[in-house]
Order: sequence, then C-alpha cells, then structure tokens
Amino acid sequence: MPHPLVPVPTPETQPFWDGCNQGILRINRCISCNDAYFPPSPICPHCSSTDIEFFDASGDATLYSYTIQQKPLDLWGTEGPRSVALVKLMEGPMLTSSIVNCEQSPDTLRLDMPLRATFTSFGETTVLCFEPAEQQR
Amino acid sequence: MIPPGATAIVGAAESTEIGTVPNVSSVGLAIDAAANAMRDAAITAADIDGFTCGYFPVADMSRQLGIFPSWADNTVVGGCSWMFQLRNAIAAIHAGYCNTVLIVYGESGKSTRRLGQSGDAGQRGGIGQQFDMLYSGGQAAATFTLPVLRYQHEYGLSDEDLAVGAVSQRAWAVDVPRATLREPTSVDEVLDSPMIAWPIRRAMCCLVSDAGGALIVTSAERAVDYPKPPVYVLGTGGALEAGVMSPAGVREPLRPEFIRTSGEAAFASSGITHSDVDHLMIYDAFIHTPIFGLEGLGFVDYGQGGHFIAEGHTAPGGKLPMNTSGGGLSYAHTGAYGMLCMLESIRQVRGEAANQVSDVDVSLCHGWGGYWSACATLVFAASAP
Repeated sequence: MPHPLVPVPTPETQPFWDGCNQGILRINRCISCNDAYFPPSPICPHCSSTDIEFFDASGDATLYSYTIQQKPLDLWGTEGPRSVALVKLMEGPMLTSSIVNCEQSPDTLRLDMPLRATFTSFGETTVLCFEPAEQQR
Repeated sequence: MIPPGATAIVGAAESTEIGTVPNVSSVGLAIDAAANAMRDAAITAADIDGFTCGYFPVADMSRQLGIFPSWADNTVVGGCSWMFQLRNAIAAIHAGYCNTVLIVYGESGKSTRRLGQSGDAGQRGGIGQQFDMLYSGGQAAATFTLPVLRYQHEYGLSDEDLAVGAVSQRAWAVDVPRATLREPTSVDEVLDSPMIAWPIRRAMCCLVSDAGGALIVTSAERAVDYPKPPVYVLGTGGALEAGVMSPAGVREPLRPEFIRTSGEAAFASSGITHSDVDHLMIYDAFIHTPIFGLEGLGFVDYGQGGHFIAEGHTAPGGKLPMNTSGGGLSYAHTGAYGMLCMLESIRQVRGEAANQVSDVDVSLCHGWGGYWSACATLVFAASAP
C-alpha cells in the first residue's frame, strides 16, 4: 500500500497531476465566465458551466498566510519544521501548499511575498510547492 | 418559517464519564450518553420516533438502542454535525415527520482512537486527500489555524493578546469539576508551551478526549409534559463554505461569509438581538475560532474579536460570559466538540451549570465542522415568546 498521504488522482483531476509530473501548474478555467478555479472539478464553481478546460497557469503567487509545522511528516523525508501555507495564485484561486527551498522561519517567510510554483517528488509522485520568487534557481 | 420556540430540548446528558475513559469505544460512549438523556427525560426508546447520529451507520446505532424511527438523519459536517442534526430534527418535527428525536454522539478520541466510528476525510482520491493532507498530514493545528497569522498581521493582534483566550477559558474551567485542565494558567505559561505549528502553541490547541452526549427534542406542546423545564430552541442557522481539509476554500478568510450567513439566520429566526444574549458558546477547536465567531456573528466588528477577548470581556466577570465550561481548550474535546458545546448552553439555560451565570434566559451556541467546512448557530432559551 502506498503511504496514505500520497495523493491518489481521479480521472477528473488527472490533468493537474500530469502537469506536476511535467513541472507545469495546470488548473481549471471556465470557458463561459473565464474564471480560474481550484481544486480541479468538471463544473465551474462560479457560473455552473460544465464548459471548462485545463490551462497552464503562470505559477506566480503570493503568500497569504502560513503555519510552520514542527513535527516532520515522514512522507516528505525532510528534517525539522516545515511550512504549511495558504498561497494565492495570480490567477485568483487560493490553495494549500508548502514554501520550500528557503529557511522555514518567520524571518524568511513574509506575508505577501512573491512566490513561484516549484515541484517536489516523493518516489513516483510529484507535488506542487512554492518557493520565494526572487530566489536564484 | 418555524416560529421561535416551536420545539424544545427535554433531555440532555453527557456520558457518565468524560475526559479519559479507557475501555469504552465511541459506540459505548454514545450509548451511555443516550441512556443518560433518556433518563433525564424519563422516557425510553419506545417513546422516540426520530433518530440522528454522526460517524456511525445510523441504523446500526438506532437498532442497538432499540429505536425504530420513522425519520432519521446522519448529516456529517465535522464537529458541528449534531448542531446541523438538531436543526434538521426541528424541521422534521415541525413538518410532522416525527414527534420526539434523539440525537446521539460519542467519540473515543483519546483512549481507543475512535473505535467503532467512521471518518469523513482523507479517503483515497478525495479532494482533501489530494490537495491538502499531503502538506500537513491532516494535522489540524497546522491547517485549521492557517488564518491566524494573517489575522495578527492585518489587525495587529500580538501573541500575548492572542494567548489571553486560553487564560480566560482556563479561568472558567477552574470551577468545573468535569473539566480536564483546572489549574489556573497565564499568558506567559501559554506562550512557553511547546510550539506545535508556529504561531500555534500547545496551550492554544484543544484537548484530545473521550466523551459522549445526547439530546432529546420535541415540540413545545409536548415539552411541558417532561420532568425538566423545557429549553426552547428560538432559532437556528447553518452554512457550508470551505472543503474538508483546509481554510483555503474560504472565500474571504478574515471575513468568512458562512459565519455571517449562519449567524444572521439564527438571529432572524429567533427574533433576538445581540443584547438579548446572556451567555455564549463558540466552539474553540483552537484559540482563534472564538475570535472569528465573535466577529462573524456580529458581536464585535471585524478586527475587534481578538482585542475583545484580550480585554477580558468573555472571562469570568466579563460582560459576555463565553465558553463557561472551559471549552475545547480546557473542558474536553474529542475531535468533534459540537454536542459538548450545546450541552453547556443547555445547562446554563436550565440553571444546572458548574459555572452558572446568573439569570440566563438566552444562550447562543455556535460551532464549526470539518475545519472551516461548515458552521451552525443555535439560540436556546428558558422561555418561548
């Protein structure tokens, strides 16, 4: 059995997970009202249209709020505290993620700081994270 | 519209023991509480024709209790499930589907880790499992609390002022024999407690307990025939917003619309105003939820809830007594606290509370579920209009 925290895609969410594997943040947009939304769903939560599509989002975001979880999760294989964050995508939707590739401290993690999407792999699973936008790759 | 006070609570009880109850499953706690509530109302299973529970198969539980209901509900929206079920039961009684409803809850959150009950989140392929749980492991202290830092940032609430909520509730719990934590505490002690998910420390998190609870509700006409004075339900509200695992689904996290929707419905249907509320319960899974409740329900303006608590207005001797049992932080919290929250409101209206507030005519009770998936608001009163 895989670790219970390893995300299990459904046919409705598979394009998002395929995007993660390709290093692309792929979310839904409504063709009728043009609203971007998350999590993936076959219906637009704003206008109820089922005329929807996946598109490649910019990956640009800001840090809305966060906590720093003290006890490591074995899934991540990281040591020490790790952030759990509310991230606001430039396209509008808010989602839960982690801010990685930086010190996990309030001095580094500043509210409203610009972020960009990045991807982290556990075995065969690749998940969406964010990192500070000004960081050198 | 259901008239204010059309129904009343005629039986209300917790499990015989709460806190740490070894060797009793969630099912056992629920049955114990149901038996106590039937004793409280001086009725038996044969007198009950409507039944609700949560996190158990509803027919399994009703059959074990010997209840053969003509109406049932198994709404599960997290910790406020039983508040939603009470609201539904009131509608069912008003519609004539049944006359007398037993609402049952039991959760061995500590000793048997929920033996005998089902969960509501984290299923393979569920939205929470795919998009939230992997970041937090489902640890509520790291996700339910996500709006706290933003709130502190926007409204200038210091860690010290935030910590007062835990101190105030402990001050209530000191005089409550059934409360788990009864030693007085201080802001320093709260801020010195172990960090769980910065900025949230252990003393800002609810307990993990074992408890059961049950209510019996019937029409106001029938309610006068029971031994205890009726606790009338003047009005109710309820609303859903975020998904199960995270506040990311709340559209305006510092001004959550679902709280306002539920509160406005409760005030409108009960015909009361804020100044009529003598006693208040706001489900405290973590230290911040009473702040958001006070604001969303309209007791204070947005941005003022944290300061209101820090100024001592909800503590013993304050103008708005809140969470007088000690709440989820000091009394008990199994994982789903909504029933225990209502039971303290009902004890206050009956005049049976350990920390009895004088002359409670109206108690308002507000609870949450599934982190910020759902909330419900109930107005209990000693008399009907």
